[in-house]
Amino acid sequence: MTHTVLKSLNQSLHDMMDADERVLVLGEDLLDPYGGAFKVTRGLSERFPDRVWTTPISEAGFVGVASGMAMRGLRPVVEIMFGDFLLLAADQLVNHAAKFRWMYGDKVDVPLVVRAPMGGRRGYGPTHSQTLEKHFLGVPGLVVVAVNPLVEPGAMLRAATLDDVRPLIFVENKLMYARRVRTPIEGRLGAMRARQQGEPYPTTTLSFADVPASDVTIVAYGGMVEIALEAAETLLIEDEIYCEVCAPTALHPLDIDPIADSVGRTGRLVVCEEASAAAGFGAEVISAVSGRAFDALECAPRRVASRPVPIANAPTMEEAILPQVADILEAVRGSVGRWRASRSA
Amino acid sequence: MSEDPSLGPAQRFEQMEGPPAHRLYRQMRLIRCFEDKLLERFEAGDVAGTTHACIGQEADAVGVINHLQRGDVVFSNHRCHGHFLVYSDRPELLAAEVMGRDTGLVQGRGGSQHICWEDFYSNGIQGGIVPVTVGMGLAEKVQNTDAIAVAFLGDGTFGEGAVYEALNMASLWSAPVLFVVENNRWAQSTPVELELAGDFVDRARAFDIEAGQIESTDAEELYEYFGPILESVRAEGRPRMEVIHTYRLCHHSKSDDKRPRQEVEEKKKDDPLPKMRRRLDDEAARRIDAEVAARIDGAFRWASQQPFADPMSIVDPLMERAPQ
Repeated sequence: MTHTVLKSLNQSLHDMMDADERVLVLGEDLLDPYGGAFKVTRGLSERFPDRVWTTPISEAGFVGVASGMAMRGLRPVVEIMFGDFLLLAADQLVNHAAKFRWMYGDKVDVPLVVRAPMGGRRGYGPTHSQTLEKHFLGVPGLVVVAVNPLVEPGAMLRAATLDDVRPLIFVENKLMYARRVRTPIEGRLGAMRARQQGEPYPTTTLSFADVPASDVTIVAYGGMVEIALEAAETLLIEDEIYCEVCAPTALHPLDIDPIADSVGRTGRLVVCEEASAAAGFGAEVISAVSGRAFDALECAPRRVASRPVPIANAPTMEEAILPQVADILEAVRGSVGRWRASRSA
Repeated sequence: MSEDPSLGPAQRFEQMEGPPAHRLYRQMRLIRCFEDKLLERFEAGDVAGTTHACIGQEADAVGVINHLQRGDVVFSNHRCHGHFLVYSDRPELLAAEVMGRDTGLVQGRGGSQHICWEDFYSNGIQGGIVPVTVGMGLAEKVQNTDAIAVAFLGDGTFGEGAVYEALNMASLWSAPVLFVVENNRWAQSTPVELELAGDFVDRARAFDIEAGQIESTDAEELYEYFGPILESVRAEGRPRMEVIHTYRLCHHSKSDDKRPRQEVEEKKKDDPLPKMRRRLDDEAARRIDAEVAARIDGAFRWASQQPFADPMSIVDPLMERAPQ
């Protein structure tokens, strides 16, 4: 259990290519010894030279090529070097891959996986630090999932590639590559109780053990999960606020059940995302929770997101723009504080 | 006319009765008759939406598609009726589709420009189908089938960047794909001189893709021309581009034609149908005309008796195909 997210993904690709000849990997700069910008594909081209295709810098083109391959019997896994470049392939994803099955009267499947490393905090500046999957959420026919270290990323990638016939964006987080995978063992993750629901893209719900009732539900996915966990620990220690952290991996379609159930227990909701807030993931979660657990809500849900500007290069600015632990603390304290005030009144 | 789906277009063409000129004329007559009837229906208001007819370009479809084997892929565009009718010989399914019927090609979901049947596909977005077709051709190659893929592009499509990304990769990766460019000289209402710098063929050659061109609306000439070209794509496993300089005698879509009348009238001299009909003896031509007209009447009659596309059948494909 001491491998990194990067290792998990890389091993999964090795295993899949070994086991299934239909699996092809396409993307920019994938060939060894370079092995991809973040090394997720390292070693693949040496072992499977015919099935690792390094591409020209043509995201629209090679996502289209991969769609065509997927419709004709192969299982392509595409790497977008930086998730920011996914927008170049938007027409292929939205107007082609996502539509084909339904538009063609259910006659075809497009088992396409597009891997996209997203997220900032590495000082890459405005065009190499974004979390852009929100623009692809809700596209009919297009699945969006995001891994986190609480699930086995490689297992999820394998399911997306071999068991899922729907076109799918697989969101990774750049900072997360170096993090250890720490899946729950026997229903526990450190001091927290852990429950995972939904296959093959589970939601992990974490709560502090031996607590009668939690105060707040924090929803976080991808790179925000560990930040939310850090916030939850701080709130426990400093404020005696008990948080449940819900970490979905299926962003679209969204499995709202574990989140709504948690809000049913806590009555309060804080949704975190690394992208800017407007028309984002958090808006969708709050809307869905309102539909499912409106009566349980004791106060207005709050959101934690980046500020609505491009992500600056300078570290002081980048830190201020992207959501931090302190932002979650403030949102949770505000949410609980208001409730406590109204109760004592 | 066979409805055996196991026949590829080339085999079906071989099994048609009469000499090749008769068969080519019959197929073009079927396309023309289908679209005339369709436009009539639009005029009458009993078909919804829009459609793009290929009147004047029928010879391209018969010239290319009659050489395809079973399993070969065709990816067409918004102006796909001619390609589809030669590929499938199933006018009733297209009629039902355009008329929004449940038994249409794709259950009324796609309409005139988004269809799929066997290995034939079309989409209404310019350019994007080109990389997809390259991927399809490559998939066939990777899986060692003998199949090739054909993408149909228009002159206007050459404004899209995806085309050049696709040409580059097709050449780098030796995709067995024929790019057929139907230069009908007008992108909607914009003449080719205002949208294309340089030359189609030069663009392909810049990617080390063998390319040629032919100015013709002569179905027999095009049929002869494309035979060896498709064979070479199959034999060499390399992409190739062929430009057919033709002309669209009809509007872009329904009644939106503002082109100079004199130009259009002049081009009617090159209408591929009378050109081919003149080579048939009068009796055969009249027989074919009558048979095709009856067939198209029958196809539209059948289509109009079909149930409308059923909103109750709408299911979220993400739910329907969720892994178990």
